[in-house]
Amino acid sequence: MWSLSKIANTIHEWLRTTFNSTLATILEMVLAGVAVISLFAILGLVLVIMERKVSAWMQIRLGPNRVGPKGMLQSLADTVKLLVKEGLTPNGADKFLFNLAPFIAMMVAMLLMAPIAFAKDFQLWDLNIGVLYISAVSSIMVISILMAGWSSNNKYSLMGAMRSGAQIVSYELSAGLSILSIVVLTGSLQVSEIIQSQSNGWWIFKGHIPAIISFVIFMIAVTAETNRAPFDLAEAESELTAGFHTEYSGMKFALFFLAEYVNVFIVCAIGATVFLGGWMPFHIGSWEGFNHLMDFIPSSIWFFGKTFFLIFLIMWFRWSFPRLRIDQLLNLEWKYLLPISMVNLLLMTAIAILGWYF
Amino acid sequence: MTDEELKIILVELNPSVTFDEGGEWLTINIESSQWKLLSELLRRDARLCFDYLFCLTCIDWKTHLTMVYHLSSTSFRHNIVLKINLDRVQPEIETVSNIWRTAEFHEREVYELFGVNFLNHPDLRLLILPDGWEGKNPLRKDFEDPINMIKL
Amino acid sequence: MVETIGNTTEGSMIINVGPQHPATHGVLHLVITLNGETIQKVEPHLGYIHRSIEKMCESLTYRQFIYVTSRMDYLSAHINNHACALCVEKGMQIEVPARAQYIRVIMDELTRIASHELWWGAMAMDLGAFTPFFHAFRERESINDIMEETCGARLTMNYMVPGGVMQDIHPAFQQKVKAFMQLFKRKFHEYNEMVTGNIIFQNRMKNVGVLSAEDAISYGCSGPAARGSGVSCDIRKIHPYEIYNTLEFEEILETGGDSFSRYMVRLNEMHQSIKIIEQLIDNIPEGDFQAKTKAVLKLPKGEFYQRVETARGELGVYIVSEGGTTPYRIKFRSPGFSNLSVLDHIARGSKLGDLVAMMGTLDLVIPDIDR
Repeated sequence: MWSLSKIANTIHEWLRTTFNSTLATILEMVLAGVAVISLFAILGLVLVIMERKVSAWMQIRLGPNRVGPKGMLQSLADTVKLLVKEGLTPNGADKFLFNLAPFIAMMVAMLLMAPIAFAKDFQLWDLNIGVLYISAVSSIMVISILMAGWSSNNKYSLMGAMRSGAQIVSYELSAGLSILSIVVLTGSLQVSEIIQSQSNGWWIFKGHIPAIISFVIFMIAVTAETNRAPFDLAEAESELTAGFHTEYSGMKFALFFLAEYVNVFIVCAIGATVFLGGWMPFHIGSWEGFNHLMDFIPSSIWFFGKTFFLIFLIMWFRWSFPRLRIDQLLNLEWKYLLPISMVNLLLMTAIAILGWYF
Repeated sequence: MTDEELKIILVELNPSVTFDEGGEWLTINIESSQWKLLSELLRRDARLCFDYLFCLTCIDWKTHLTMVYHLSSTSFRHNIVLKINLDRVQPEIETVSNIWRTAEFHEREVYELFGVNFLNHPDLRLLILPDGWEGKNPLRKDFEDPINMIKL
Repeated sequence: MVETIGNTTEGSMIINVGPQHPATHGVLHLVITLNGETIQKVEPHLGYIHRSIEKMCESLTYRQFIYVTSRMDYLSAHINNHACALCVEKGMQIEVPARAQYIRVIMDELTRIASHELWWGAMAMDLGAFTPFFHAFRERESINDIMEETCGARLTMNYMVPGGVMQDIHPAFQQKVKAFMQLFKRKFHEYNEMVTGNIIFQNRMKNVGVLSAEDAISYGCSGPAARGSGVSCDIRKIHPYEIYNTLEFEEILETGGDSFSRYMVRLNEMHQSIKIIEQLIDNIPEGDFQAKTKAVLKLPKGEFYQRVETARGELGVYIVSEGGTTPYRIKFRSPGFSNLSVLDHIARGSKLGDLVAMMGTLDLVIPDIDR
């Protein structure tokens, strides 16, 4: 049967037999890098067109429909436009930081790709602290935003950056704690083991109510962490024009834009991995026949299906909710989400110790 | 309250007022020196209670300027029109922005468009005209603009 | 002004919102003094779209000047034209035929609904929800289609003339209006589901920008901005013009004085407008749509003032005539100008995000403020 891991293994074996081991490793690294960059680009194109189509559908209009079949090449055309556009650097800006910021944003998004399992046995780096790595690296994102806001020498940018700094730092706690509650059940930080532990059912079903609470909190927190509406205060266009990327144009703006979408993909992939079993097909306990039937659907389809479902959820939020105010945003986190997720973690620990989960 | 009743109270408040007939509402002429006193009475007097200044403007009669105040009472629903003639060369009048807050913006508008100087106005600056606009007052009859067409 | 921009006083930051900014819905320029996120002072700078309509009107005849006023408050162009036509009729003592009066009132109320629809969409957009804007435009478009059929224009209609209306209504007018009312009633629950009932929206609106009744009167607020504070100021009720005194409708009053009250007033006003149209649409009397008037209109010497209720509040048209064919002086008392002056008062001490909500509920239309 066709699968990503088979293709990867074929390439791996071919490289090993054709070249000596050092060269083969280098080539494999290059291939992995190229794969990540192309995935990055494709995700950007797909998610942008998806967002535009979803929003158009919700807003009873057609959306892009001129370039390519049903407007599907619109984002490609936009990319070309952004590529040929002049990238301005304002006079009063701190030029080094200003130009560095978008690359940091993109780098963070790329680093986060490493531990994600896209399909069965198809993962760049299955490190033993996978989940910890993800939460650690994703917090570097805030540095790029602060850098962009500060170096632009623009008051809107500065305010957007400060808002987003406060927001990301606060919501990381909830996101981390809700992932932790699943880690408590699994007993491992390794992504592959978290997925393997869901072979008889996904954690959202197995972990009782605390798992559902964690999932809801996780979705809220990651929406805030990726600066998406209703938590898009960092770029609240009716208040701050465009927030931290007000002064960016051309490809540097595109990198921020791309990083935002790829981040959405990554957080949804993590949510899918931790709560919905990653590439693991839909299994129910000991129903062997049913489970076997589900295994016929390729694991990559399971993974991307779940991830895109969560992405759709986040897009749905964006196009239906108004934006929160900064004090309400912080209240929500510090007064509601954080206490709830802490109590939830305690509950989950009790459940894990008593073995009440399935 | 009818116009006749209003007349009696107004004369009682300030004997120097004169009345104009023929308009939709009772029209009162007073001297600009009496305005500060009368305006406060109009707002405070329990029988009148003119709390709503719904229009404030100025007319350039080429020989003099006339300030026009349209007042209304939200509790009694009676209206009056007040007119005050001002000198055209050096128009000055007491502000009413402390009594009716809406006058602050309206007076700034009249200040720049007619050149009326409102005494004791908290913030008498240009509102509509661009910064550095000097002298010429666009709504006066002798205003000439060599660049933009204003007369057909 | 130029010197103050960019300079900071102790602990505060000055930012310029506008003249080109997504929140100002036009070319309003606000200089905001901020302390962190908290507003200390809001200072409006006007004039970016000032065309001096009052000066322009002084050289236009009584037939011509009405067309300029469509460009004031372009969202309620009908009602602006109506005010001017009424003022000229008052001066010349022209009897308007009953048919024209009915058509005028229906048009006014359709305009009011269209304006509130746009406001509702823009209001939600100010708060970061985009989708309602398109849903509001779905209904607004059908009003615009009706307008286009009858007046030939969608925004600046210029339909009212002294003595009546310019043309008779389109044969399909009544049918189209009824279809619109059906559509509106069928879709209205979406408005409440999407925006009014949303918990984020309510938190953003309630107890924000509180305006007391005394302040509303003192600042000369009118329309929904004042009625949200419980001030009864509907000109259609207190100084009825046309056939409004024969119609049955309520003046919507809310007592909260906050942004949410102002929001609810506008939302419920749409229902009242529908109610008014329902009373009229089947009873449009036969007859002339325009009174016989002379080709050249001359107002007698004197002063004429006409107050009408636009979608935003009280519009006053003040004509001073010297007996000629053109007005000697015209003053438009625009609702937006007075409503804007209250912004500084209610915005102080609230957060920057709330300012946007307050500007939304005051429903500022910049050409109306600048004139």
